[in-house]
Amino acid sequence: MNNFSYLNDLIIPGGIIIAQIMAVLMPVLISVAFLVYAERKVLALIQLRRGPNVVGPFGILQSFADALKLLTKENIVPANSNKIVFLLAPIITMVLSLAGWAVIPFSPNWVIADINVGIMYLFAVSSLGVYGIIMAGWASNSQYPFLGALRSAAQMVSYEVSIGFVIITVLLCVGSLNLSKIVEAQETVWFAIPLLPMFVVFFISALAETNRLPFDLPEDESTLVAGFFTEYSSASFVLFFLGEYASMILMSSMTVILFMGGWLPPFDIFPLNAIPGVIWFVIKVIFILFLFIWVRGTFPRYRYDQLMRLGWKIFLPLSLLWVVLTAGFLIVFDMVPNSL
Amino acid sequence: MYLYSITFYIFSLVAVLSALMVISARNPVHSVLFLILSFVNASGLFVLLGAEFLAMILVVVYVGAVAVLFLFVVMMLDINFVKLREGFLQYLPFGALLGIVLIVELGILFLTKSFSENSLSQFVQSPQINEVENTKLIGQVLYTDYFYLFQISGLILLVAMVGSITLTLRDRGQVKRQNISSQNFIDAKNAIEKKKIKLGEGI
Repeated sequence: MNNFSYLNDLIIPGGIIIAQIMAVLMPVLISVAFLVYAERKVLALIQLRRGPNVVGPFGILQSFADALKLLTKENIVPANSNKIVFLLAPIITMVLSLAGWAVIPFSPNWVIADINVGIMYLFAVSSLGVYGIIMAGWASNSQYPFLGALRSAAQMVSYEVSIGFVIITVLLCVGSLNLSKIVEAQETVWFAIPLLPMFVVFFISALAETNRLPFDLPEDESTLVAGFFTEYSSASFVLFFLGEYASMILMSSMTVILFMGGWLPPFDIFPLNAIPGVIWFVIKVIFILFLFIWVRGTFPRYRYDQLMRLGWKIFLPLSLLWVVLTAGFLIVFDMVPNSL
Repeated sequence: MYLYSITFYIFSLVAVLSALMVISARNPVHSVLFLILSFVNASGLFVLLGAEFLAMILVVVYVGAVAVLFLFVVMMLDINFVKLREGFLQYLPFGALLGIVLIVELGILFLTKSFSENSLSQFVQSPQINEVENTKLIGQVLYTDYFYLFQISGLILLVAMVGSITLTLRDRGQVKRQNISSQNFIDAKNAIEKKKIKLGEGI
């Protein structure tokens, strides 16, 4: 460890990492703003309204106006709250929803960290998301947020189990935990076709994991005011809001990578495979996000016991059965990837 | 290389400090939160060692599931902080004994293995993609050499699960439960019942 030079050993590698992080996070944050706009427009179309149409052409700058408005408001911290945890909770939510992007491959070799256990990392980060919500509910020292936090904790832990089994099913077909290899394994056929039931289970669990309708019990307006972020205002509210939508996009990318062939074109023929992979990736993510919004506009909210029943009594046995079926199928037809 | 050293010192420092805070924080919820921070930093150290599978399992199992339930319980309990402090001196000798035993064990390890400046550098390595994945290595060892032990630990977990269910399952008497299939089989014929009621009488 001689010849230490700040430039070669610290500034250049550190600077490259920071530049890569910026190159991923800036588009993500901007797309969050447009996702909020798109959600309001699509919901308006579903409900035969016009939606935001005043700020900018077609109201396209509405989200930026909203963000500015929220950020200039006063940040209220309740007197009886646990102040440090109260302020830490939105930060944790936001950081966790952005941390997962480190391993997402947008295109061949377009990834910050191409680690061996990419899918495990994504699973770990998404399972940590519950902490922001529990901490917010507890630190607010108020009944509605606390109820919201308890609901959320139970809900996210339940649906994580079936997500885990779905991931195992995919891994059985790939033989690697690396996200790029998962995408490359889908060159012949997207996993959404042979593993269609698992795709559906994963999508519904993703809705529950991101606390989206019809499973948004943690922030159930009609019974809990605003759930875990009832006491939040201004910038800390913005962080929760951004975090929720960023984790929505993250879950959509995870769905695309696991089941819809990531950056691969639908058919490997000329006009389709000339389009860069990152564009296919974005198109697929937008499609899944549209499904998220479509579901929100169509279905009523689940009752809490029904939500738990769906998670534990239907999805868990179904996904467990599919793990066994897939493993058996691969063994019988001798299709186990890189067998030893 | 220096970036790795810096991250190593950050992770280990935060892990030790947060472990200290676990036992010294006044509020039990803060203790659990520091415990979680300590777990996360420990998994960061695993990544630096090149044991990325263990690191992720640590986060998924301990932080993502066990600590959530732990936090859940601690938040719900109405804990008397003064009473919690009372037994401190009583348990101090026992706790100190455990700590001393651990330090002696670590010391023996340190003296026999003699960690020097050079051998430290073998820890500061990032997992490389072209090496054999340690997920695969763990799988090969766990499901062949230690197959029976693996099965036995699974059985122990099953027994624990059955035990905890038997402890909590009790007959609650008259509880209204939703029967989905009976609800789905309702139609116009069996949903409505006609009754003739005589004048001046109830049902």
